[in-house]
Amino acid sequence: MKNRIYNNIHFVLVLSLSIAVFYSCERDFSEDVQFATFNNSGEIFIDAPVGLGSDFYFPFINSKATAFSVDDEVAFESESSMRFDVPNANDPEGSFAGAIFRIEGAGRDLTGFDALTFYAKASQGVTIAEFGFGQDFGENKFQVTRTNVTLSTNWVKYIIPIPDPSKLFEERGMLWYSAGTTETNGFGYTFWLDDVRFENLGNIAQSRPAILNGADVTQEGFLGVPVELTGLTQTFNTGSGENVTVVAKPSYYTFESSNTDVAVVNELGVVSVIGTGEATIDASIANVAAAGSLTLDVTRAFDFAPTPPQRDLADVISIFSEAYPNVAVDYYNGFFIPDGQTTQGGAPPLDLNGDLVINYTDLNFVAIGFFNEVPSVNATEMDTLHIDIKVNEAIDPGDFIRLQLANSVGNNETSGAYTINGDALTTDQWVSFDIPLSDFAGLTDRSQLGLLFFITDASITDIFVDNIYFYR
Amino acid sequence: MNNMIKNIRSTRLMLPIILLALSFMTSGCDTDDQQTVTTFTNLILSEEFDTDGAPNPAVWGFDIGTGENGWGNQELQYYTNRTENVKVENGVLLITAREESFEGSAFTSARLLTKDLFEEEFGRFEARIRLPYGRGIWPAFWMLGADIDENPWPGAGEIDIMEYRGQEPTVLVGSVHGPGYSAGEAISKEYTLEKDRFDTGFHIFGIEWGPNYINFYVDDVLYNQITPEDVTGEWVFDKPFYILMNLAVGGTFVGPPNAETEFPQTMLVDYVRVYKK
Repeated sequence: MKNRIYNNIHFVLVLSLSIAVFYSCERDFSEDVQFATFNNSGEIFIDAPVGLGSDFYFPFINSKATAFSVDDEVAFESESSMRFDVPNANDPEGSFAGAIFRIEGAGRDLTGFDALTFYAKASQGVTIAEFGFGQDFGENKFQVTRTNVTLSTNWVKYIIPIPDPSKLFEERGMLWYSAGTTETNGFGYTFWLDDVRFENLGNIAQSRPAILNGADVTQEGFLGVPVELTGLTQTFNTGSGENVTVVAKPSYYTFESSNTDVAVVNELGVVSVIGTGEATIDASIANVAAAGSLTLDVTRAFDFAPTPPQRDLADVISIFSEAYPNVAVDYYNGFFIPDGQTTQGGAPPLDLNGDLVINYTDLNFVAIGFFNEVPSVNATEMDTLHIDIKVNEAIDPGDFIRLQLANSVGNNETSGAYTINGDALTTDQWVSFDIPLSDFAGLTDRSQLGLLFFITDASITDIFVDNIYFYR
Repeated sequence: MNNMIKNIRSTRLMLPIILLALSFMTSGCDTDDQQTVTTFTNLILSEEFDTDGAPNPAVWGFDIGTGENGWGNQELQYYTNRTENVKVENGVLLITAREESFEGSAFTSARLLTKDLFEEEFGRFEARIRLPYGRGIWPAFWMLGADIDENPWPGAGEIDIMEYRGQEPTVLVGSVHGPGYSAGEAISKEYTLEKDRFDTGFHIFGIEWGPNYINFYVDDVLYNQITPEDVTGEWVFDKPFYILMNLAVGGTFVGPPNAETEFPQTMLVDYVRVYKK
């Protein structure tokens, strides 16, 4: 962006100079008047790397740095190809293959192309996790990712559409990939790419951009707490009639806020909440409206829970906090299958500028689970449960929040409950509870804790929860 | 600025000179080497769709419903003449396929025909159309023998000026059907657009049809000629035919739409013109 602005200024200066010359002595324009442009070649690898310079391969951290080579034996209608040897998962030099191909020096002008294309095949049928371009280990502003690309043992042409080519007037990130072995039981394989180039196919059409994966999301926004737009995709229909969806970076989009006194969006897709009221964020790519929108209802600044004190890590087992390392959790909105989900929220927790907070709404009964696909929690050595709760509604007599802990879920399960009475809670204020685990009557064993229930029987329906941890 | 205008002027001057030179070269060539796209120029039907509302009832009728077995092709749509499915607006005829539950069908669309209203033997029939896209989408601009009530399909003959599968947005199919060469045995040819597709802009689909020949063209490309020698049965095209335009959903030619097919889908017809020699 900077560069372009500079060039534009440059252009304007030259232009005004030329106009001045024109008016002063009736001369024609200088032939030198033109935009500064960058190399507009599309070729990346034909029989060898094309115009990338000598220092263009930058592997990802923890990937095998030697995965890429030029293969003179295997090639698609040529002498050589790009060869990628994906290592075994237990390879000490790196557990996967992945890297960016970045031009050494100035980038290319790719505005005349509509897709990155290449031929590819593999030593076995395999799914490559990610292919793309626009990743430069700088801002990666125009990164594009096509995920889960299935390669066969025959050469097949693949297309990665450019979400909006007009943005790529100087791009250094020509190609990137990331390939692992989760689908091959940890065993490595080889794949080849050839005739890698940006191309003007001319038959990529029916652009269908989306933000928030196409959903119209309405949520509460908080003053000063930015929201990052996610689920950004661009879908094209290719000449063969196939819909190809790529993940696109926010800088391909034009964002619009319906109320810039409430929320504004920058080119990185970050929504800044600057005033109270309601604002809807819409987006488009190259004047095609994106599916999905974000409506923020802003009434107040967010009041965060008190920050927990520093503790020796041996003295704490954290389920949900930013203060301590958390154990893995299966889910934040668990319900019994026959009953179905009734309580909303919590899945996922609100991300308030990196500070996660659970907001349960329509609450009557919900559980945080940590036993199913993750280890259960042995809190035998701990003696207290800490939890911060803020009730977002009026509290009536008889209202309550019952916390229940279950041990060894589904297998000689035991559990105990502790009830927080409504008079111990305060509307719109965080209240911290430090509950002795011995107060959870009936919880005789806490060596395999797996569920923490919040039960209100709908007496209290809207709460924030933060800083859930066991300690001693 | 001055310079720029001068340049444009000189280019404009140059163009006719080049064209002139080219035409001299053309006349110098053996005419057999020249592909002539069309020769009929006497305009006898010009449906330009310039009046908003329903298409001109003096020329266009409708097929309504599902026909028998989805118009013989297991098509999934219910044809209506509602404005939701067919209307003229902003200078184009819009035929729109919608996903909606209607009279027992999951989709609605429209089919226009000139039966008993405009029937002609021979001529140049062309339409300028922007096609829809997506799996299971099947638009067509085609003709049936006007004697079809007495002489059932395929005996009456069928000329498909344009058929297209929404899942193959670059491929046009032109065909004839007749006794002994119908349905899967039709005499057919595909034309594939290079670096372009049929759903992003208007294209002209046409035939020039005379005694014992039908020439198929798209835009300025003549891509097929069918004569009695090409058909594997009786030639049934030396008699009047009428025009049909429709947008089918599903059916044997395209297969059903899937979750990725976007609805509604609209076929935009800029004009239908018929010329005689």
